[in-house]
Amino acid sequence: MTSLLLLIASLIVFAIAAYLFKIGNLLDTLSQKPTEGKDPKTNHQQAVLFLILTVVGFVLFFSYAYQAAEKYILPQAAVHLSSISSLFWITMTLILVVFVLTHVVLFFFAYKYRYRPGRKAYFHHDNHKLEILWTLVPAVVLSVLIFKGLSYWQEITAPAPENAEVVELSAYQFAWASRYPGKDGKLGRADFKLIDSENRTGVDFRRDENAQDDFMPRVMHLPKGKPVKIRIRALDVIHSFYAPHFGAQTYAIPGMPTVFWFTPSKTTNEMREELKDPDFNYEIACNKICGRGHFSMRYILVVDEPEEYEEWYTQQSPWIQKHPEYLSPKSREEPLSQKSNNL
Amino acid sequence: MSNTQHTHSENFLNRYVFSTDHKTIAKQFLITGVLWAIIGLGMSALFRLQLGYPELDLSCLKPLFGSYITEGGKLDSEYYLALITMHGTIMVFFVLTAGLSGTFSNLLIPLQLGARDMASGFLNMLSYWAFFLSSVVMLASLFVELGPASAGWTIYPPLSALPQAIGGSGLGMTLWLFSMALFIASVLLGGINYITTIMNLRTKGMSFMRMPLTIWSFLLAAILGLITFPVLLSAALLLIFDRSFGTSFYLSDIYIAGEALHHTGGSPLLFQHLFWFLGHPEVYIVMLPALGIASEVISVHSRKPIFGHKAMIGSLMLISFLSIVVWAHHMFVSGMNPFLGSVFMLLTLLIAIPSSVKTFNYLATLWRGNIRFSLPMLFAIGLVSFFISGGLTGLLLGNAVLDIVLHDTYFVVAHFHIVMGAASSFGLLTGIYHWYPKLFGRMLNERLGYIHFWISFIGIYAVFIPLHFVGLAGFPRRYYAFTNFDLFDSFTDLNALVTIAALVTFLGQVVFLFNFFHSMFYGRKAPPNPWEANTLEWTTPSAKPLSHGNWPGDIPEVHRWPYDYSHPLHKEDFVPQHIPLSPKEKEKSE
Repeated sequence: MTSLLLLIASLIVFAIAAYLFKIGNLLDTLSQKPTEGKDPKTNHQQAVLFLILTVVGFVLFFSYAYQAAEKYILPQAAVHLSSISSLFWITMTLILVVFVLTHVVLFFFAYKYRYRPGRKAYFHHDNHKLEILWTLVPAVVLSVLIFKGLSYWQEITAPAPENAEVVELSAYQFAWASRYPGKDGKLGRADFKLIDSENRTGVDFRRDENAQDDFMPRVMHLPKGKPVKIRIRALDVIHSFYAPHFGAQTYAIPGMPTVFWFTPSKTTNEMREELKDPDFNYEIACNKICGRGHFSMRYILVVDEPEEYEEWYTQQSPWIQKHPEYLSPKSREEPLSQKSNNL
Repeated sequence: MSNTQHTHSENFLNRYVFSTDHKTIAKQFLITGVLWAIIGLGMSALFRLQLGYPELDLSCLKPLFGSYITEGGKLDSEYYLALITMHGTIMVFFVLTAGLSGTFSNLLIPLQLGARDMASGFLNMLSYWAFFLSSVVMLASLFVELGPASAGWTIYPPLSALPQAIGGSGLGMTLWLFSMALFIASVLLGGINYITTIMNLRTKGMSFMRMPLTIWSFLLAAILGLITFPVLLSAALLLIFDRSFGTSFYLSDIYIAGEALHHTGGSPLLFQHLFWFLGHPEVYIVMLPALGIASEVISVHSRKPIFGHKAMIGSLMLISFLSIVVWAHHMFVSGMNPFLGSVFMLLTLLIAIPSSVKTFNYLATLWRGNIRFSLPMLFAIGLVSFFISGGLTGLLLGNAVLDIVLHDTYFVVAHFHIVMGAASSFGLLTGIYHWYPKLFGRMLNERLGYIHFWISFIGIYAVFIPLHFVGLAGFPRRYYAFTNFDLFDSFTDLNALVTIAALVTFLGQVVFLFNFFHSMFYGRKAPPNPWEANTLEWTTPSAKPLSHGNWPGDIPEVHRWPYDYSHPLHKEDFVPQHIPLSPKEKEKSE
């Protein structure tokens, strides 16, 4: 019923619009108003509209940007974010200044030099000094941005420090799995051919010594104040490790493990206090389109004080201890005979 | 109808369908492009509804979309991905490449150069019909059982290679690749023709420096297309091999749907490099014609010569060159060697220099002009505004360090929609409003045009300015819903606002469509030179060149550059290119 009413209403609106259009056209023909942009009245209206829009637009934009700052400036929890955010705000300030100035000039010129009958424009089309000026100034400003950018980029993408904690993070449709090297500090080998529903990331538990103490917790933990190196794997399609609070983002690519390292600077508890939100958790998201469940690849990351982290680390039991059946020959080597046993 | 040079009989079929006349082909490109724009924008309206109002009951769309609307009246999450993929593909390739470049290169190159037609009318016809076939195939892919291609318009493998990964990577993806192959053929056929015509068929006196900036931009866009589209074709071919013949160019170490695939040694990054080698210049293949059109229109309607003519040409060339060597800025966080990131960041930020030269030259052209706010001028000013707003945020995204934070967030969506989507669409609209009289011999209705402009201009800003904030907050693009993360639970208000603005802007285009088709038959008859412009296309005896050959008599000869507006030695404020220099001018130039 409502849709029928809506349909009728929109038909009426459409009919009225069509009539107004016809009447307007008739009036135009009768009044023989000059067209093709040569009507001073229309020109004035349009120029004023641009001015109004500039003022209203800037007021709305800046007042919202000021009010909502808390909503769009994320709290930071990694050391390297300070250089990222300083460069961000330098660039942003520059952008806003240029944005406002050029728009003021654009719309002011459009207003000031709007058409008036009988006037002729100023025939002027070259000024080498001006051209050189507005080539050089952007070039100089850019070289500052480029220089700063390059030096920060080199710091952030430099190889991880030797003492970094190593964690492996695997992405697959549509979940994450993390793996820690355990007491020996060495991650066991992994191969996609060993993947099955039980051993979801294909770790070589059967043959590799280093894999024996690897553990795979449900939630990822990291220590505060210590560099951590995330080894990122993808098991099926491309995913992307994306942790906004830590300024961390790198693709996860099948067949080509990638790395991102950073130093967490705030524990989960500290962040909870700062935000006055006892339920706060750091989240990892997937940021490369990966299929139906792309929007739901959530993983929780907890940052602990170093002592808490050590304690948590030692409490974890190796994966293979939790899944002893994985090594038993009955279930592994002879899946067929197992099937017949069931019968 | 036919003039002395062309005496072959004309019937409906070879006049309107398999025509080799560049003006008819331009109209064919334009109308096909407009139809695609309706489909592409309609898709965005649908997925904006999902993003702004995820609770909305869409059961009423079930007759149209069938099982893509779930039992609960929600959009299916996989179909959401199909929609964004097809929206991107359609808008970038079918609307802004074929619709913009195809229409105006075809219309203006012969007319503004003083040629009777393209160098090869036949190739030109093939170019349109390849595009048409490609359109048919792409359209067909919307109706296959598991949906059209759904791996994003960038179709990164393995997602696009494996039907197990997403439904759209089955038949939908095959049709996508087939359609793109045809599309590339169309672009290449067109491009070769544009370049040949510009090199060889300029009328007497039309030196390169006397060519309008529109022609310069079409030339450079055609060259870019010829260099880069074949690379996309090769990327697509290798992907076809991987998909259908078991090769491993892009695939390695994959366990999917309970099975470890045999592929080893391939590199998904290889595809990204190949794709963006086209994908980035493609932005400029779309953008350059829009900028060229804006240069011409701003000069005509300000009644002033374009400021810094040589600098404009130089910056167009520099932008074109740089656009070929910046592709990997789309891959800063892809895990490629960080040294590459440094190089590509340096080259990327350099593009800001020629771009700001262009911007300042536009502003200087307006200075002390006599600006007529006709419809094309409004859209051209809007284009400059978008070019500035969207271009500036490129300074953030082009910086590899900041890209770590901003990559693939809504900030990117906002950036490229303003600088590429909105600015180029406004280029298309500027062109339509300016050359409509030339295309159809009638004027568009002014009042409807003003309504259309203000709805679109304000609407587009209302859609994309808020998305910058959403992006800064870290919201990832291509998310079907933001309900699964605490991190992304803010901004429901802004997302709703954006959806409303998008719907209003979309409905605003209905005004344009009505104007476009209505004025074709009922618009006011156009005078031969409605905008009092200098370029040669306005020297045909009536607004709409009636026949093959464009000019009934001799082709006009060119004596001056196209920007003699408000010349102090002339009483009129415009001096068309075919008017010989007056004795006073000759004196001065000597």
